[in-house]
Amino acid sequence: MTRIPLRPLAAILDARKKGTDPDAIERRNTSARHEVIQNELRSVGEGRLVVLGVMFFCAYAVIAAQMGLLAGSEPTEQRAAGGGVEILAQRADIVDRRGRVLATNIETHSLYAQPQEMIEPKRAAKELVKIFPDLDEARLTKDFSGKRKFIWVKKKISPEQLQQVHDIGEPGLLFGPREARLYPNGTLAAHVMGGTSFGREGVHAAEVIGTAGVEKQFDEYLRDPANGARPLQLSIDMTVQTAAERVLYGGMRLMGAKGAASILMDIHTGEVISVVSLPDFDPNNRPLPPVEGDPDDSPLFNRALQGVYELGSTFKVFTIAQAIELQLVNKSTMINTRGPLVWGKHKIRDFHDYGKELDVETVLTKSSNIGTARISQMIGAERQREFLGALGMLDTTTIEMPEASGGKPLLPKNWSEISTMTISYGHGLSATPMHLAAAYSTIANGGRKISPTLLKQDGPNYGAQVLSPFVAREMNDMLRKVVTDGTASFGDVAGYSVGGKTGTADKPKARGGYYKDKVIASFASVFPTDNPQYVLIVTLDEPEIYTMGENRRSAGWTAVPVAAELINRVAPLLGLRPNVEPGKLAGITLTSN
Amino acid sequence: MRTIIVLLTALCVIGSAFWAYHENYQTQEAYASSQRLQSDIGEARARLAILRAEWAYLNRPDRLHELTDLNFQKVGLLPLAAEHFGTINEVGYPVEAQAEELELSFDGSIEVSSDAAGQSGADQ
Repeated sequence: MTRIPLRPLAAILDARKKGTDPDAIERRNTSARHEVIQNELRSVGEGRLVVLGVMFFCAYAVIAAQMGLLAGSEPTEQRAAGGGVEILAQRADIVDRRGRVLATNIETHSLYAQPQEMIEPKRAAKELVKIFPDLDEARLTKDFSGKRKFIWVKKKISPEQLQQVHDIGEPGLLFGPREARLYPNGTLAAHVMGGTSFGREGVHAAEVIGTAGVEKQFDEYLRDPANGARPLQLSIDMTVQTAAERVLYGGMRLMGAKGAASILMDIHTGEVISVVSLPDFDPNNRPLPPVEGDPDDSPLFNRALQGVYELGSTFKVFTIAQAIELQLVNKSTMINTRGPLVWGKHKIRDFHDYGKELDVETVLTKSSNIGTARISQMIGAERQREFLGALGMLDTTTIEMPEASGGKPLLPKNWSEISTMTISYGHGLSATPMHLAAAYSTIANGGRKISPTLLKQDGPNYGAQVLSPFVAREMNDMLRKVVTDGTASFGDVAGYSVGGKTGTADKPKARGGYYKDKVIASFASVFPTDNPQYVLIVTLDEPEIYTMGENRRSAGWTAVPVAAELINRVAPLLGLRPNVEPGKLAGITLTSN
Repeated sequence: MRTIIVLLTALCVIGSAFWAYHENYQTQEAYASSQRLQSDIGEARARLAILRAEWAYLNRPDRLHELTDLNFQKVGLLPLAAEHFGTINEVGYPVEAQAEELELSFDGSIEVSSDAAGQSGADQ
């Protein structure tokens, strides 16, 4: 850059010659130079401002673009998490007490149609009906050629059916994967399992929800993804359950009964080892509830939990236990059994005439209604109600099944003296077999209340002491006596000392009164009585068998032999050693140094 | 001096850009492989669930019952009964010679495949 001197010699000399101030030239030049410098500085500053502006613009543009992108895009999970484990088997399994699978999931497919993609809707409908005979061809054709864009055809199809549908070659028929619940053992423990159905359905998956049984009760637990690997362990033993179902089914057929129920329960933990209700159903294909007829006859009806029956003489045990507990009688107190016992317009009779009087123990073993009614008169309504309440006979059972709430005992509206007398021998108060199992457990385990449960327990679960251990032991001995000397003589099982009480109750008619020739026969048993472990309740609905020259319906002829066979079959499976006289130890000589 | 600093900074920028580019692709690769593994695990679990279901289905009591009935001649299985419980002193100590005899006489009750039979024969 050329610098212009501030005092150019030529201009100075010229100014001196003219006599003007040469300093003015210097000032002028200085100001001109400053002006140039200022201009340069301004343009630099302006340039910087432009750069800064562009920078700010870019920064804001980036932020705005990012905001627009965020607003416009689908929200997704953070990538840093690496994605969750894809659990395909979402609903937790259900296993028995030894870890054997009772319910699990399988992958299956659903079939749906998109008519707008279809080439030959009529042929597709025709071919589909060939594969699925339950579909309606006319309806399918109408749906496929109508305006609808999406139609569910089948919710669950097997791999073979999938292949067949695939072979139709219709592009408008599509498959969606989904999970379905599988009960590999078929009808085994059907009422406990209940069943499932599909909730919200999508093309790619469907929600499986429990509709009954433990599937409904524990629906939340089973659906919780955190429990995917932790199956729900029930107290049911699959082997015992199978054996019980077979024996009970055989017994039901043999006795000509239209239904049957059995409950096997651990008297210390309250665990239900097996619970059977016949007829049963296949939970893989749960039938729809009946719309007509008696709902009690439906296979869906759980007789063990929902069947509220008058359980007959099995109740006598409670009356006598309470009377001994209150020290009103002991087992050899004589009771007047002369009949019929008349109370107002009611007459109480015995099955046989037992003479003038019997001791308390024989009242139980021979099952005298009159004797028991007289004992209950000593107890009175108030105390009877209290005791039955303490045994849990007046409320629904606490077992973990949604059906249990349907088994609310039917109590007399007015608990009068006659009610007390009839309830003492099991009439006028209806309860479920599960109630009976829990109450008999209390008597068998030394008088401690038991809450039945379907979940595996770690140890005994005793509730309040309802009965003193001494009375409980007395009652166990008496129950044994019923089998050895009384009405349940067919209940003896070699090797296992069985004690129990029979109960035969006339079936009430729907419109009041009782049937003369229809009964509910029950047998409530405890085994082995020398060291009680289990309670078994067997109930037969309308049994009748022709033996020894006449038709017999009483529990001693019907429910007891079935229960005996059940114990015979099930006790070894439970690991109970038969109590036989040990043979003489042969060939062992104990030596010591 | 200034030039060197500018040059070094530029190099640093280029280097770190290259590093970031590299890391980005490595992360994506790792992510993809973890996705693959997850889906493999998912598939394996599904397979396992199917196998478990099949196992349970094949071991269902009804089928086992039918099989024991069909093969009663071979296996001779009966329902467990009270008589099947024994005491420890019912189990006799085998005498050496008897033990050998027992082993040799053990022929008819259970069928073994011919290969295995040949092997056990060779071992003896």
